[in-house]
Amino acid sequence: MLTINDIAEKLGLDLKAKGDVHKGVTGCYISDLLSDVMANSKDHELWVTLQTHPNVVAVAAIKGISGVIITNGRSPEADTLKRAAAENVTIMTSPYSTFELAGLLYNLLKNANVK
Amino acid sequence: MSEWAHVLINLIMKRFIADLHIHSCLSPCAELDMTPRRIIDTAVARGIDIIAISDHNSAENLETTMRIAQNKDITVLPAMEITSYEEAHILALFSSVEHAATMQDIVYGSLPKGVNDERYTGYQLIVNEADEIITFNKRLLINATSLSIKDLVDAIHSMGGLAVAGHIDREIFSVISQLGFISDDMAFDALEISCNTEKSRAEAVFKEYARFPWITSSDAHNLQDIGRRTTAFFLEEASFDEIARAFKGDGKIEW
Repeated sequence: MLTINDIAEKLGLDLKAKGDVHKGVTGCYISDLLSDVMANSKDHELWVTLQTHPNVVAVAAIKGISGVIITNGRSPEADTLKRAAAENVTIMTSPYSTFELAGLLYNLLKNANVK
Repeated sequence: MSEWAHVLINLIMKRFIADLHIHSCLSPCAELDMTPRRIIDTAVARGIDIIAISDHNSAENLETTMRIAQNKDITVLPAMEITSYEEAHILALFSSVEHAATMQDIVYGSLPKGVNDERYTGYQLIVNEADEIITFNKRLLINATSLSIKDLVDAIHSMGGLAVAGHIDREIFSVISQLGFISDDMAFDALEISCNTEKSRAEAVFKEYARFPWITSSDAHNLQDIGRRTTAFFLEEASFDEIARAFKGDGKIEW
């Protein structure tokens, strides 16, 4: 199973807050509505979003999400990173748009699960 | 609050009916006949004591509105419904048009550049006291600003305004739809429940937010909807300052 570290390396993600980067990743959920992520994401998934608010950390922690990827070159707020450190949540950023990142991530996870 | 305090409140305070969330024809999604004059006349006819005109990301109909309200039996609060970066709607209430205009400058500086295409998003009319069109606002008022909820609430507070989390029960454009929940550091002065949710249901679903004062309002985009939901405030007089006091706990709020 791919870990956060593997994925960050392969996709050139910028690690802004380091939680448990050796955690395995089983899939991915993409949404910018935190209420939707609360309802539909699963633990050990990655979460790709445009949102940068500190509540992202709370939702990720509650749902057991392995790591959060903020796309399109957006930067997490300072408070978000502070809370991520406290909650041991991994936050990464990417200059790619959500569409491009999703494509790369899809291929990566699909091939990893075939092995 | 003790029983004695309740008796006192009922002696000093008067009951005012308020609809603090009404869109004028400046909002692209509002009907074109939502001119300040018609809104005020409709609200007066329906026995509403206090209204707020809250257009999306703009305050440009407020001066006209306040001038018309001077000769009417109604109190109008300058307001704006501002879209945060997270796409949450924040209802901002101000004590004066000047404060709303200062906030508008900040908002205009944070909207995406571009020209409103009326074919898709609707007209944004700035009108005078005679319901005549002065000009069309061509900004992208329906878009989100680049300001976070915290930036917005801080800016509203810095000019003495009140920040209300708009229609928290809606599945889009609410703090809860966008950010999952209201965190402790969100310094809202009140929360608004839309007309889609009955009070008993709101109390059950949002009981964890009992620490905030709650209001409900029409969010009217047409004349018919004005006052379809209102909040009763028990105040000494109908004014911004008294509503601010009520939000802080001095005075009763009912709906």
